[in-house]
Amino acid sequence: MAIFLTKESKVIVQGMTGSEGQKHTKRMLASGTNVVGGVNPRKAGTTVDFDGSEIPVFGSVKEAIEKTGADVTVIFVPEKFTKDAVIEAIDAEIGLAVVITEGVAVHDTAQFWAYAGAKGNKTRIIGPNCPGLITPGQSNAGIIPADITKPGRIGLVSKSGTLTYQMMYELRDIGFSSCVGIGGDPIIGTTHIDALAAFEADPDTDLIVMIGEIGGDAEERAADFIKANVTKPVVGYVAGFTAPEGKTMGHAGAIVSGSSGTAQAKKEALEAAGVKVGKTPTETAKLAREILLG
Amino acid sequence: MDLFEYQARDLFAKHGVPVLAGEVIDTPEAAREATERLGGRSVVKAQVKVGGRGKAGGVKLAATPDEAVARATDILGMDIKGHTVHKVMIAETAPEIAEEYYVSYLLDRTNRTFLAMASVAGGMDIEEVAATTPEKLAKIPVDANDGVSPEKAREIVEAAQFPAEVAEQVAEILVTLWKTFVAEDALLVEVNPLAKVADGRVIALDGKVSLDANAEFRQPEHEALEDKASANPLEAAAKAKGLNYVKLDGEVGIIGNGAGLVMSTLDVVAYAGEKHNGVKPANFLDIGGGASAEVMANGLEIILGDPDVKSVFVNVFGGITACDAVANGIVQALELLESRGEAVTKPLVVRLDGNNAELGRQILADRNHPLVERVDTMDGAADKAAELAAK
Repeated sequence: MAIFLTKESKVIVQGMTGSEGQKHTKRMLASGTNVVGGVNPRKAGTTVDFDGSEIPVFGSVKEAIEKTGADVTVIFVPEKFTKDAVIEAIDAEIGLAVVITEGVAVHDTAQFWAYAGAKGNKTRIIGPNCPGLITPGQSNAGIIPADITKPGRIGLVSKSGTLTYQMMYELRDIGFSSCVGIGGDPIIGTTHIDALAAFEADPDTDLIVMIGEIGGDAEERAADFIKANVTKPVVGYVAGFTAPEGKTMGHAGAIVSGSSGTAQAKKEALEAAGVKVGKTPTETAKLAREILLG
Repeated sequence: MDLFEYQARDLFAKHGVPVLAGEVIDTPEAAREATERLGGRSVVKAQVKVGGRGKAGGVKLAATPDEAVARATDILGMDIKGHTVHKVMIAETAPEIAEEYYVSYLLDRTNRTFLAMASVAGGMDIEEVAATTPEKLAKIPVDANDGVSPEKAREIVEAAQFPAEVAEQVAEILVTLWKTFVAEDALLVEVNPLAKVADGRVIALDGKVSLDANAEFRQPEHEALEDKASANPLEAAAKAKGLNYVKLDGEVGIIGNGAGLVMSTLDVVAYAGEKHNGVKPANFLDIGGGASAEVMANGLEIILGDPDVKSVFVNVFGGITACDAVANGIVQALELLESRGEAVTKPLVVRLDGNNAELGRQILADRNHPLVERVDTMDGAADKAAELAAK
């Protein structure tokens, strides 16, 4: 069953005709994703050939939905145009918008997030600045490599792209139900809590791995949520114990401000909620393995 | 990016927030003319990005231009909580202060919205107000799309219980401060104190602004606000090459791909260092997804140029990037550096995993560079790099 994305998902790509969009559309198709169209008002009516698959380009998200029944959009448009692209997706009431673009201004994210709320949150937003999500063997919406692992019963939610891949690789023999990269920006759409709730409800997920990093209090709130609502075992990892105060570590949201947002506080909160937290990605994978395989 | 007070003052003035006149100088002599221009009296204020300047002796009144020179002489070069004072602001002396308030707008990450904070108990550390007398700090969410209209401003004024005689002025300031917040793509604009002075005016006497680096694409003027003088030279050199680098105080140079993986690499090296004389990571460097030879060479050049570095750990997980391309990048980077006449004398520990890892490892094995050591697990490679740095 998986979460948020299945083999039934019909995916469109906003920014499909750009270089990143083309590259990753090709990869998504190669991994079996049902990509049904792209959106670019200047190239509407044309098609793009991906190794023999002719993918139509539509003038708007709304048109793409009307013509194809698309329910997922993956957004690759440059940061300047990302807000408008997401707002277009929200207006078209598509079910899921995956915002890959990195470097989106916080005011833009705050505005499209507030807009989504004002429109009744009919569109689930993942990202921005995220690798997207994959349901191995079914569908891949974003840039996560499809060949790292196979379908299985671990659910993964992570702020970091490469740590997502690392963890998928560490546990590749067991496999994953879905892996969701939620991104490390200061404001993101789907949170750890949203993914935890979905994995808890997913009959195909037996264990959840949650990867966090310094900055904000999302992990602490996720810990509270786990304590109250999650019955499945959760294994955690937090990056950034050695990060100095006041320095942004790569991700716009990865910053320790004063005494808030430290890795130590996040680890302690998770452990207090019964989550086993690994010291390294490898140790975290080992903890998951022990729980699942005994 | 956090700004200096004088830069915050300039942005406030630009958007109509009332401030006092002032100019920034970096030599004591310049304090004389600046003070003369203000009518012969001034306040000399250290420009450092840290609170508690006043208590540290970094803010002094000067009754004459000569006194301003003397005070600037004292303050320039002063160390305030580890920050050296390179600049002082020569500011107009405020009329007698009757009351001190606090107003700010900031990003509320927890609730994914913006927040207005206001208090009539200004002038002190607002975190202290929040901790000791939270009832005196009004927190009002601001919708990113609705912003702060005059009505919203009045709502904030009422929530913070500003006195009636300043309510209108404070509301106007709240509107102009919101304009500053949005127009400048700020993550924080804070006025503390917002002072009511003897003649009844309300003026921003001190402020903090933090800007969103992601908004650089539409804020071309922000680059000029960067404090290049105080930047670490390695960080400045890395920035000039478009590298995402943060200098730390350890001995193991780190290169990796992806912010999360690099942060994790720092941690793993620090743990490994506990067994090797306590060596620590020397830097954060994320070379991103592409990991081309040129980017790898630029990264290696920065790290090898750090005299604190004793060993280097290159930690790459090939997701979209294939490890053979990364291995070729490392080999070419070493050749490139050697052709630039830079001796590569520090050992490199390389861990490649993921996409085409075997091919990548083979390339490194074939090249057989005497300083490059391959370790195929992240924890093992971190241990090796720490061991080499401890030697």
